[in-house]
Amino acid sequence: MTITLIADAPVDVDTEGFLTNSEQWNEQIAEAIAKANGIAELTDRHWLVVRFMRDRYLTTGSAPSIRSLGKESGVPVKELYQLFPKGPAKLAAKIGGIPKPKGCI
Amino acid sequence: MTELLEHPKLAPDEPATIEKVAIVVSKGSLEGIYPALIMANGARMEGIEADLFFTFFGLDAIRKDRYEKIKVATVGNPGLHMPTWLGALPGFSALATKMMQSQMEKIDIPPIPEFVELVADSGAHLYACKATVDMFGLAMDDFVPQVDDIISVGEFYALAAGGQIIFT
Repeated sequence: MTITLIADAPVDVDTEGFLTNSEQWNEQIAEAIAKANGIAELTDRHWLVVRFMRDRYLTTGSAPSIRSLGKESGVPVKELYQLFPKGPAKLAAKIGGIPKPKGCI
Repeated sequence: MTELLEHPKLAPDEPATIEKVAIVVSKGSLEGIYPALIMANGARMEGIEADLFFTFFGLDAIRKDRYEKIKVATVGNPGLHMPTWLGALPGFSALATKMMQSQMEKIDIPPIPEFVELVADSGAHLYACKATVDMFGLAMDDFVPQVDDIISVGEFYALAAGGQIIFT
């Protein structure tokens, strides 16, 4: 684990750049991580997914599968991949300041 | 005397990550089809391009009349650790399938029809093998709408170029 500076805030991250302490997260950090991962601007649809991931993680202790993300976030799977071409669950977790999802689905 | 040898770079031209996979699905049993779908979905989740090529009984996974009826092979399957005669009893395969599916649902793995749709929606491409389609006398109409095309082995290799091929 290392400490890095994102959007002028020192945060703990793992080797892949996922925040390891979700309390250190804020919206500026989210925007900076998105930019660094090829998403120039977070739209309302991006935010819907990011907040869903984050809320689910904070309430249940684990990130949702891509299946439940597609069914319950209000954003269908096709659109999820348009919003986050490099992997919706992984990238939305990273932007939302929660650990990388561990599930296979 | 000790000398510091510089380690040669391992496979210097290989990228450090997999960028693309082409998965061949050749079996029509539940345990033959799921690994392929899980690997295709897992690839897309990592941003890896994925193509699926269904051949021989693997075609059952995308056949309208069969993809809702995929069963666990209970005969000739040593992984189940039970006598072959037991697996051959009427209804046993259906029971084993039901049990396995309820376990899968618990860990959020979708049934095959939903999984095929999920994998296609995630941007993976689905192809039926032309030789098998001809052999079984099938046509595009026999397949679920997520199937992109019926292609030859040669066309499959062309699509797979530059990626890894996985045979299941």
